[in-house]
Amino acid sequence: MSAPGKDGNHRALGECRDCPKPCGEADGQPALAVTPAVSRRRFVDWILGVSGAGFMAAVLYPVVRFLVPPTIAEAAVNSVVVPFRPADMPPNSGRTFKFGSQPGLLVRTRSGELRAFSGRCTHLDCTVQYRDDLEHIWCACHNGHYDLNGMNISGPPPTPLPIYTVNERGDQIVVSRNA
Amino acid sequence: MSSHLTSPPPPVAAPGAPERTPPPTAQPPGRLDRLAAWLDDRLGFSALAPLARKKKVPIHRHSVWYYLGGMVAFLFLLQVATGILLLFYYRPSAEEAYQSVQFLMSEVKFGWLIRSIHAWGANLMVFTLLVHLFSTLVLKAYRRPRELTWMTGVALMVVVLGLGFTGYLLPWNEVALFATRVGTEVPTVLPVIGPFIGRVLRGGVDVTGATLTRFYALHISVLPAAAALLIGVHVLLVQRHGMSVPIGIPQANLRELPFFPNFLLRDLIGWLVALAILASMAAFFPAHLGVKADAFAPAPAGIRPEWYFVFMFQTLKYLPAHILGIEGELVGVLGFGLAAVVLLFLPFLDRRAAREERSPGWTAAALLALVYVVVFTVLGYVVVDAPIQ
Repeated sequence: MSAPGKDGNHRALGECRDCPKPCGEADGQPALAVTPAVSRRRFVDWILGVSGAGFMAAVLYPVVRFLVPPTIAEAAVNSVVVPFRPADMPPNSGRTFKFGSQPGLLVRTRSGELRAFSGRCTHLDCTVQYRDDLEHIWCACHNGHYDLNGMNISGPPPTPLPIYTVNERGDQIVVSRNA
Repeated sequence: MSSHLTSPPPPVAAPGAPERTPPPTAQPPGRLDRLAAWLDDRLGFSALAPLARKKKVPIHRHSVWYYLGGMVAFLFLLQVATGILLLFYYRPSAEEAYQSVQFLMSEVKFGWLIRSIHAWGANLMVFTLLVHLFSTLVLKAYRRPRELTWMTGVALMVVVLGLGFTGYLLPWNEVALFATRVGTEVPTVLPVIGPFIGRVLRGGVDVTGATLTRFYALHISVLPAAAALLIGVHVLLVQRHGMSVPIGIPQANLRELPFFPNFLLRDLIGWLVALAILASMAAFFPAHLGVKADAFAPAPAGIRPEWYFVFMFQTLKYLPAHILGIEGELVGVLGFGLAAVVLLFLPFLDRRAAREERSPGWTAAALLALVYVVVFTVLGYVVVDAPIQ
């Protein structure tokens, strides 16, 4: 890339900028008297630059690693027993329950059927609720509506709510992730 | 924007024979130069250049002490930086504080390093500050017109000790709980206002989660803000008055070193060394966490505060229950209070130094105080409490 001089000591074009002395390249003769002093300056600059960059890396690497949160293994929940009984759920009502670390929504329809959904709106992660006046699921954050099959029927939600399987075992309600 | 920053094509850029280009005598300004000029037009930082040129550091046999103030400032900034990092994981409540520090030390990458540098850095900062204060004292740098520089320095010492005291509690471990109980009990011996001070410090009658929240607020906002303000005034005054030349050093023909960049670069070397020492300490002796605080567990044996409080702690141990009918603790507290007041107003008490005369009496008093502090600190670590006969 540069124009190597006969002595191999020549600098690349454009590096003569700070050199007050006439450059030997001008007349095609390497200026042996000038080159060593300039090389020393370049060497010191290079050492300083590399040390500075090394120092910055040694400081920034731990800081960045520190700020990245450690991954905590989340217990994958596939099935929960909700903490209320079937008798606590009258027709046309809904209750939120904990499905692992996430909210779930349990709904008893007007016809008496129990249905369970993920409680997280597919739009921007708000927790949805059952509206007994509308008889469907509603998200208060941005007025998103889902029907009782979890279908997004109005407002901004882009996809349906995930549906869970509900089983009544005597006095217990068991909600499971669909296989 | 781009028209400001793109460089014009080089004057002669004939492809094929670039090495024949004669070097121009006056180079057009480079990109960085023009960026600097652009910024300077808007920020006006070149106005600082005469200020930087004006500042000179006198060279004499005591010049080495001039480096300590900058060192304290560097360590303070390091504490701010590592402290901010710790805030990303710390949870200031009695229920969660200990676990959050444990999580930080064991799970978070380099958490042990950041916390250890913060803990060791605090110790090194207090030590450097005390050496800075003592050298200033012995060299009488507080004399006219630097009285306020000295007083802001003493105030900074109080703030930094407060930072050490409040920070010590935050991991909510056993030693911290008891050290804080003792430390917040001490001012309650003062008549009339004592119990009130104790209650305000603790946020209640006892050291509880309320104390932790209170100390957290002091440690991360009130005291750092006070320190920053005081450092600002302190540095401004140093800039205004220049460095003090000790009494007895002939002022004529004194050699001087430009502060910028010569002295600052030397400072920089000191800071790098300090950082290297801290990183080594952190790597080889990481900060302990100990056992979680339990308000109902008996105090463990050998409990003592941070080393810079030990001489006071040890003094209070030795004081008899009553001195001349006054409670021993009260005598101790009042004694240390009086010493702090003398220290604060020293520039006005040392009349001889104010007249640029030597004041060996104050030097002797300072050395005596140093011996006292060192002896009682050492006693605090080596003396084992004798069993009752």
